[in-house]
Amino acid sequence: MSALVTSAGDLRRLVVRDLRRELRVLDGLIVNAALPVIIMLLFVYVFGGAITTGSSGLSYIDFVVPAVLLMSGGYGAALSAVNISEDLTGGMIDRFRTLPISGWVVPAGHVVASVVRNVASSAIALLAAILLGFRPDATLIDWALVLALVAGYVLAMSALAVVWGLLVSSTQAAGAFSFAVLFLPYVSDGIVPAETMPGVLRDFAYNQPATPIIETLRALLLDRPVGSSGAVAAAWLIGAVVISVPVAALLFRRRTAA
Amino acid sequence: MNVIHSTPLTEAVRVRGLTKSFGGARVLAGIDLTVPTGSLLALLGPNGSGKTTTVRILTTLLAPDGGSAIVGGHDVTREGVAVRRVIGLTAQQATVDGLLTGRENLELFAGLYHLGGRQARRRAAELLERFDLTAAANRLVSTYSGGMRRRLDLAASMISNPRILFLDEPTTGLDPRSRAELWSVIRELLASGTTILLTTQYLDEADHLADRVVVINGGRVVADDSPAALKRQVGSERLVMRLSLADDVPRAGAALADAHLDPDAREVTVAVQGPRHLRKTLDLLDHAGIGVEHVALRAPTLDDVFFELTAAAA
Repeated sequence: MSALVTSAGDLRRLVVRDLRRELRVLDGLIVNAALPVIIMLLFVYVFGGAITTGSSGLSYIDFVVPAVLLMSGGYGAALSAVNISEDLTGGMIDRFRTLPISGWVVPAGHVVASVVRNVASSAIALLAAILLGFRPDATLIDWALVLALVAGYVLAMSALAVVWGLLVSSTQAAGAFSFAVLFLPYVSDGIVPAETMPGVLRDFAYNQPATPIIETLRALLLDRPVGSSGAVAAAWLIGAVVISVPVAALLFRRRTAA
Repeated sequence: MNVIHSTPLTEAVRVRGLTKSFGGARVLAGIDLTVPTGSLLALLGPNGSGKTTTVRILTTLLAPDGGSAIVGGHDVTREGVAVRRVIGLTAQQATVDGLLTGRENLELFAGLYHLGGRQARRRAAELLERFDLTAAANRLVSTYSGGMRRRLDLAASMISNPRILFLDEPTTGLDPRSRAELWSVIRELLASGTTILLTTQYLDEADHLADRVVVINGGRVVADDSPAALKRQVGSERLVMRLSLADDVPRAGAALADAHLDPDAREVTVAVQGPRHLRKTLDLLDHAGIGVEHVALRAPTLDDVFFELTAAAA
């Protein structure tokens, strides 16, 4: 028990370290604060006029907000791969390894800091959307579920990013994960209605995790029926976290084994 | 109850027959060394000789293939946690965070050593003062000079007051002034009772700081002695002759046994055994028609020890 309290303290210190670092690099601020607003503006004003929302009957801003929330949080989450890779390929890891701390707090620190940062990014995107005319219709419970879903998505992506960062040997390769995460919502029901896509892509869109998450968010934010998408979204996120967290811990131990 | 120590407390580090290979390439081929408590041992060798591998094994960052290593009375493979409690390490790469200030780095590490908030702040301030970093304490480490960065690294290694400190090439890449500053910091640590094992490729560094020098080459110990004894072992004074023509350097090498040749400086160096040998050496060059522009006699340095030992091992 006292060991757990000690580790919790260590985790807090490492999260603070990560957040401090983020505030000191321009890229960090751009990714976390400016990118969400830019993506929101891009979709609403540049693409929005040309895209019809199909059978949903929604205005484009109402349609696209959930996807932009995921993109805003997901991109920064994916950069966790770079953060852990920098620790491993630089000398920091040798310092951490000679400290009397549990090994798992180092990757966990990156994941927790990423959740804090990137949920904030999603919140910035949401704020931008409201300024652009998005009018959510959600109860307090709906909002809590929206937060849980976005946080869950960011958590899953951060943990997967850490796994990727531990698998590759260079920081550049670690950075490549961002593209996969950034583009996941493109081939979903989030930006254009999946029903307009050709066969194979449509099948992919309906069966990849971003679609049920986006549909659930849309339902919660716009007071529409959630249907089965809520359970599917939860299953995807819980599955991703349950698999990636132990794998990350295992890989970290292997990478830092004597 | 009778507690049997596997190593006398007078020995801070005891290494016997240490071996390590990376994918078939043998990096350590049986290293033996002993660091008496409170002394400084310099592990001297060229790049790739196995210095860093040795340090990484002794600091529990790498598992050896064979042999034994006892650090602070604990076996590095079986009692890694106990070893970590008594050692500090300053590795070659920066092990401080460039995006934090010097003070934030030390407070972070002090916190991770589980000092309370106020205690951690006090320890950080103390170390900043001791390592002459107070003025730069609130600047990002990425703006530090090489020497400041090494001092901060060293300060971070001293947070837990380790009894045994490992310094992997602490002055590589530093300008002469930063190097001298770091040397005086290292001497102070030694004077305060810390046992130190440092690796270096600089012979004057070992000569200046070490009580004992272990020379390694190709993963083997080729010498283990005090700097003075090593110099005695190499013996006599050196005769340094600068030739008139660079082309004559190889010919001089052929005419003289055991000469060290430096074609770029047009210099030929031999160890002289008395005045008669000195006269004979100059006569030999004269008879071979080799012009000598300048001669000088100097005391042997660790460089000479090094050339002799590594040439013998090669």
